[in-house]
Amino acid sequence: MDILVLMKVVPDVVEELEVGSDGKSLDTGFLRTILNERDDHALEQALLLKDKHGGKVTLLTLDAPDIDDVLFTALAKGADRAVKICGAGSVSSTQMAARLFGETIAKTPGLLPVDLVLTGVSAIDDLDGLLAAPIAQKLGWPYAGVVTQATLADKTATVVKEFAGGVRGEYDVPTPAVLGIQAAEKPPRYVPVAKVRAAMKSQTIESVDAPAVEAAAGVEVQQMAKPRVTGHAEMLEGSADEVADKLCELLAKRGLL
Amino acid sequence: MANIWVLAEAGRGQVSEITFELLALGREVATQSGAPLEAVLLGSNARELAQKLGAADTVLYADNAALADPVPENAATALAQLIGEKQPAAVLVPLTNLSVDVGVVLAAQLGVPFLNYCKDLKADGGNLTATCVLYGGKMEAAVTAAAKPAIIGILPGARSVEQGRSDKPANITDVAVSLAAPKVRFKKYLEPETSDVDITQKDFLVAVGRGIQTRDNIELAEELAATMGGAVCGSRPVIDQGWLGLSRQVGKSGMLVKPKLYVTLGISGAPEHVEGMKNSQCIIAVNTDAAAPIFNVAHYGIVGDALEIAPALIEKIKARKG
Amino acid sequence: MDLDPVRISLMGLPGVAVLWALTLAAFGVFGFRAWQLIGLLLKARPENRFDQPGKRVLYFARHVLLQPRLFNERSIGLPHFLIFWGFVVYVVCFNWSLVRGLAPALPAPYPDEVGVAAFFLDVFSVAVIVSLGAAVVRRVFFPPAHLHLSWDANLILTLIGILMLTTLFGAGFRLVGEGKTWSGWTPFGSMAAAAFAKMPVESAHGWAKGMWWMHMVTVLFFLVYLPYSKHLHLLASPFNVFFGNLRPAGDLGIAGGSEEMAAGSTKWSEFTWKQLLSGFSCAECGRCDRACPAATAGFPLEPQQLVQKLKKHIIGAGLAKNGNGSPKLIGETITEDEIWACTTCMSCMERCAVLNEQLPIIIQLRRHLVTEGQMAKTVQDALNNFNRYGNSFGKSDRMRAKWTQPLGWKVKDARKEPVEYLWFVGDYASFDPRLEEITRKTANTFKAGGVDFGLLYEGERNAGNDVRRIGEEGLFEMLRDKNLQAMAKAKFKTIVTTDPHAFNTLKNEYKFEDDSVTVVHYTELLDQLVQEGKLQVARKVAGKVTYHDPCYLGRYNNIYEPARRVLKAVGAELVEMPRSFNRSYCCGAGGGRIWMEDVEGVKERPSESRVREAAALGVTTLVVACPKDSVMFQDALKTAGLEGKLAIKDVIDLVEEATRPS
Ligand SMILES: Cc1cc2nc3c(=O)[nH]c(=O)nc-3n(C[C@H](O)[C@H](O)[C@H](O)COP(=O)(O)OP(=O)(O)OC[C@H]3O[C@@H](n4cnc5c(N)ncnc54)[C@H](O)[C@@H]3O)c2cc1C
Ligand code: SF4
Ligand code: SF4
Repeated sequence: MDILVLMKVVPDVVEELEVGSDGKSLDTGFLRTILNERDDHALEQALLLKDKHGGKVTLLTLDAPDIDDVLFTALAKGADRAVKICGAGSVSSTQMAARLFGETIAKTPGLLPVDLVLTGVSAIDDLDGLLAAPIAQKLGWPYAGVVTQATLADKTATVVKEFAGGVRGEYDVPTPAVLGIQAAEKPPRYVPVAKVRAAMKSQTIESVDAPAVEAAAGVEVQQMAKPRVTGHAEMLEGSADEVADKLCELLAKRGLL
Repeated sequence: MANIWVLAEAGRGQVSEITFELLALGREVATQSGAPLEAVLLGSNARELAQKLGAADTVLYADNAALADPVPENAATALAQLIGEKQPAAVLVPLTNLSVDVGVVLAAQLGVPFLNYCKDLKADGGNLTATCVLYGGKMEAAVTAAAKPAIIGILPGARSVEQGRSDKPANITDVAVSLAAPKVRFKKYLEPETSDVDITQKDFLVAVGRGIQTRDNIELAEELAATMGGAVCGSRPVIDQGWLGLSRQVGKSGMLVKPKLYVTLGISGAPEHVEGMKNSQCIIAVNTDAAAPIFNVAHYGIVGDALEIAPALIEKIKARKG
Repeated sequence: MDLDPVRISLMGLPGVAVLWALTLAAFGVFGFRAWQLIGLLLKARPENRFDQPGKRVLYFARHVLLQPRLFNERSIGLPHFLIFWGFVVYVVCFNWSLVRGLAPALPAPYPDEVGVAAFFLDVFSVAVIVSLGAAVVRRVFFPPAHLHLSWDANLILTLIGILMLTTLFGAGFRLVGEGKTWSGWTPFGSMAAAAFAKMPVESAHGWAKGMWWMHMVTVLFFLVYLPYSKHLHLLASPFNVFFGNLRPAGDLGIAGGSEEMAAGSTKWSEFTWKQLLSGFSCAECGRCDRACPAATAGFPLEPQQLVQKLKKHIIGAGLAKNGNGSPKLIGETITEDEIWACTTCMSCMERCAVLNEQLPIIIQLRRHLVTEGQMAKTVQDALNNFNRYGNSFGKSDRMRAKWTQPLGWKVKDARKEPVEYLWFVGDYASFDPRLEEITRKTANTFKAGGVDFGLLYEGERNAGNDVRRIGEEGLFEMLRDKNLQAMAKAKFKTIVTTDPHAFNTLKNEYKFEDDSVTVVHYTELLDQLVQEGKLQVARKVAGKVTYHDPCYLGRYNNIYEPARRVLKAVGAELVEMPRSFNRSYCCGAGGGRIWMEDVEGVKERPSESRVREAAALGVTTLVVACPKDSVMFQDALKTAGLEGKLAIKDVIDLVEEATRPS
């Protein structure tokens, strides 16, 4: 069972984010990036499947600063091969990213065949789309998103998707397929620094040139700003009944009631 | 401007509440652009549910056996056919685990972007401008949605449910779709495991701290949690007392939770606790001490006795739910 | 008349020949066993414990011959000391007797023919018989909780009894055989003689020889049995002490250790020979268990058991035909919970009579678990945070000096201008909102005392002490290297730290480019400022306080007095807790425990036990000198129901109060 895991880095929100001088995008001066959390889960799910069924796990990413660290960490965890797509510059559109991934998978010799393509179902910077569905469309493969469990049997992946209130749905997906992973069955594993260092010494990262793809369109950022945060709760005052009323009101407004 | 569509979310005999939120938002946009608001309900034997969508000018109801189960591929194909026929300007899709896949598959089929994380939407002349929440809420972007149609994922809570409910009888138009067997086959629903509650999976948590004072008072928290299908969790001292099991501890040495709503009763907000819950979408704190640090992380705060506030709240919520 | 016991014939063989046969057989078996065990040590991983031979001899003399450690448990110290020395003399006498028996031609008497030796043996045997009696009574009627009544122990006691009785009665029969009833050299033997005074001389001869033979056979049996029993420690522990650790206890580095040690150990051959020797040397005395906060609190860890399990595994797996089939060390012999329960407080090593090194063994096991990625989710999160942000709080390194903002003055950036003291603030003091105020007080007090100091600002990383003790060696090295890089950019003479954990690792585990760099704890610096009059006490702080010795300051680095001197100087009345100085009781946060949840079965958290201990003294304040202690004890006050009854303060709180200009 061979699996391709698509990963990307996103801005690390532990750091203060600032708006750039164009007023439309992030200030990249201080930006630090981190592997998209859900992609880490996709990787974990792939490794769990590999632990169970054998096969190879290949990583595919878009080139970015610090991406090598991400890839070596994934190799140290047990992935077999890492490929990065170079020359596309910094890709901020998820739609574009999907096109680059889709073309690369379809055209690069040696990437296919695989049984599954896994990627995080979403990322905090997915403004104009989610990655997995358009790639499935491009490859003509079935797609399932918001997956929290996946098992593989002959030519079929059985996946569990999560709905609201703890209810889940079970699906059969014929392989090859593209899955958007919400969470792996287990939290992503820890890999000690020494193993990452060893991977850096013993493994190599392959590069492929970014294919030419049509530019993304249809969504344009006009302005970006930090939402106002007070750093302190909005205090509700009055008798117990009064504050309970106000709370219900607020909850209803936020769509929580 | 052409019609504004709202994808109604229905499953297991119920219209999800978010559908009404989207109808409320859709109504505003429709008014701004002078276009009709249409709800699209995809289902099988679900006419009854269509009746509930009176807030829309028209309900396009597609009844097809293939739409009985939650199969995003079928729903998307059905929508794509309808879009081809009727050319709406925008399709508002609930950003829920159930519906988001319909939106992204639809967008992929049509080759258009899927505008994500939208919490507000305006129509100005022929243009749609969305406010989208990016980077986990650290930024907000004003975005123009120029694609035809614009497929837009709307976050829960964009408008209130009440605004989108209507007593008006729904104006239902039956539409036909033809669907082939889907590639992805729905097998069954898996019910939530009741044995031990996984608090990390709950949308609503009531967290109790030492301010709850006695074991018996936990019942009050249980009752509050039950009003919204949530669960009770606690700070470490409460777990230490044995009032709640270890799996209910939130914080540094317990669980990391990010529910939609986190209500604290008598929790001071020690960093070890805050670490585990700070990413909750909405935090409400009840504490007798106005200077408690919990108020620095909460969105809403009440200085008061948890033992008074909780019963009042239970009563009001129950009253609202009818 | 001939009383020489070997001059008889046994089953037609001359006694000497029989003795030779028995001796050779016994030493043969003994030698074989010793060879087996040493063989195991030779197959283990290397560790250099052959340096500084002179110091080692002194060390040996101190701990083997004088045994100062045993004396700190009073009821055991003196008896053990006497037994030990009695045993040594006895062994000399036995060998003398044996050699004389093997070589009848030697123109030398038997020891019991020499007055002084006979006297010693006589008194010794009775003393031992009396103690044995006491031991039997104790074991039967008042079994102490920490003593394991094993088959092995009972056998040993029986054998010792036989030895002593044969000595005593041997002397008695000898007297009778010599036709005497009394000898001043053997007063107790004389009493035995009196009992058999009517016995014919001939039979008395027979009995005397019989006793001698029984004695010899028993001892030779002992020799064979010893290395198979718990009394292996008699043989191994002197070597264990001689090869003891002469480096700082706070340095987990292994001299001459192989690189693969960093990946941990999961079977006997993956430990160093010295670590295995610890297993052989354990006397099962339970001193470590009694000192261990994890064991006391009810965590599933007892250092003695851990060492014993290791020993069992070494012998079981090491000597098994192909090593297979014997239970695995981790999982089947020692559980993961056991391995993670240790707070690395160093009490066990501080207390162990045979100078075992339990901690490095635990760390080896942890390293293996880390390599396998097996650890609590909370620990994993902490490690990921260290890796990415350099602190366990998961906060941006750029926020590290945010606490300085409300100061109203700028703390120097040591990377930009030279300073005398580089203040290594540490994670808790930098990031924990509850401690910021304390950290600012420290800054203001340093300033008031005219200290020329600066920070590394966002260049500082966690020092790595806890990371290393969790067993993440690679991450420790990474943090250390980053700190050293940042420090290389700074100009300073001395490092002052707030956190004792950071203090320990900087002092003992970092190699500074400039080896004149010294590391001090802030309590040491405060002490110096007060002594030199740079900090003037403007008003005395009143009240009775007690002081908690942080493990990493006290036991790890022997720093006990500076904080106490400072407290006295500012006017506090210092009362000591029962567990103070090197017996201080761990707060439970060390070794990464601060990121782990308690397991079921914990009776009383160490921190709760500690605040109760302080509160019982009737003091107003428990003074700490470690940011983590502040957090742990504040929390423990709540769970122990002592809020409002006891205050937790940092040393700096009192110093600042006393020296703040009015
Ligand atoms: C290593 C370590 C790990 C830890 N891990 C965790 C962890 O994972 N999770 C965790 O929660 N804690 C953890 N803690 C403990 C943490 O430091 C705090 O002690 C704990 O969170 C405090 O719990 P609390 O808020 O319930 O109690 P308190 O801090 O005592 O707060 C009680 C609050 O209730 C208020 N109150 C009193 N009466 C009422 C009333 N009638 N109505 C309303 N409010 C009232 C009070 O004003 C007060 O603010 C950890 C501590 C340490 C040292
Ligand atoms: S270091 Fe402390 S906690 Fe660990 S085993 Fe030794 S005594 Fe117990
Ligand atoms: S390890 Fe040391 S202190 Fe512990 S039981 Fe063995 S000999 Fe005694």
